[in-house]
Amino acid sequence: MSARRIVVTSGKGGVGKTTTTANLGAALAKKGRRVVLVDTDIGLRNLDLVMGVEKRIVFDLVEVVEGRCQLRQALIRDKRFESLKILAAAQTRDKTAVSEEQMDKLMGELAKSNDYVIIDCPAGIEHGFRNAVAGAREAIVVTTPEVSAIRDADRVVGKLREREIPLQLIINRVRPEMVKAGEMMSIEDVGEILGADILGVIPDDEGVIDTTNRGEPLVLDETQKLAAIYGRIARRLEGEDLPLTDLDPPSVFSKFFTMWKAG
Amino acid sequence: MFEFFKNTEVFKTLFGRESSGATARERLRLVLLSDHLALAPDVVDALKAELLEVIARYVDIDPEMAEVTFEQRERELAMLASVPIKSVRKDRPSAPAQRTANGRAHAPLNQPPRRRRRRRRPSPAAPPNGAPSDGTLLAPPGTFESSAQA
Repeated sequence: MSARRIVVTSGKGGVGKTTTTANLGAALAKKGRRVVLVDTDIGLRNLDLVMGVEKRIVFDLVEVVEGRCQLRQALIRDKRFESLKILAAAQTRDKTAVSEEQMDKLMGELAKSNDYVIIDCPAGIEHGFRNAVAGAREAIVVTTPEVSAIRDADRVVGKLREREIPLQLIINRVRPEMVKAGEMMSIEDVGEILGADILGVIPDDEGVIDTTNRGEPLVLDETQKLAAIYGRIARRLEGEDLPLTDLDPPSVFSKFFTMWKAG
Repeated sequence: MFEFFKNTEVFKTLFGRESSGATARERLRLVLLSDHLALAPDVVDALKAELLEVIARYVDIDPEMAEVTFEQRERELAMLASVPIKSVRKDRPSAPAQRTANGRAHAPLNQPPRRRRRRRRPSPAAPPNGAPSDGTLLAPPGTFESSAQA
């Protein structure tokens, strides 16, 4: 059976595409799925750094496309998850080094021996975006509850719909206490504005920076609050009927009550 | 009563400004609409203003309470207007009024020739009887006159 080919995209940069790709991929691999993560951000690669494999790159995506090496030679096997591989982008080339047809063919090749091909898309809606999307059959649009991210996500949603690529949203860096105070748009607001289904909701968490510093996917560490959340998103992606994570912060009263009970 | 008060500027200034989350949502709705339609935000504002102006020509509305919003449906955008009507306008424009003459309820309002004839005929005692009997369900006799002349 051929793999699901999913592009993780956003329009705006810095909303968490690479973090989502890394952690969702790791969460799926943890479930035993065969996963390959592909960095298509040619010239600005980062997935290698987030995954902690930056020193192990021998060949990159462009070299595979240009036939300078075998595809399997360019795949970096993750040391923590047996079934997880990474294909790095070229750092010294630009987005035009690869065509849409080449990308589609390459992803098709990777799909043969995997369950998931997760494509980390560059920011923007130009050449790099078109390439990344050409290799995908479905999409995850990552956004944050901020006006600029949502506006850009809306552009991307439009482009994906033009191509008839089914999509779901991940709303990243939500701050529940701000939503409650009316100072941040709610999950429902974002979903309604973009007119798309929500795959997952991820709260803003310091653990992301901490684990990225070390080049370790967050899902590896069970004590990380977000580990369970990514796990849940992976299950929802696989079609499990689970409700979205409830981000409602416990009220001051209930916190006090818990402390009182514990103390 | 409270619902009404809640929407007034007085309330908003007394109890702090509108939450920024709600502001973000409305600003986004507007900017995405103009992105989708390739219309500038000020054009959308003008559209709203003109829409209300047209409605106000026929019915007496409260522009302060009127809301024109855009909603993202499954695949397309929808424009929703919620315009509280205070009353039917006493001085409706004449051309469209002729069109409503076909409507039964409005018919008596749009037959000035017959009214004039009747008014000339009877003694001074007649008008009080005649005017209300014309079936002015929508407006008192005074306003009835003005609508006929319009």
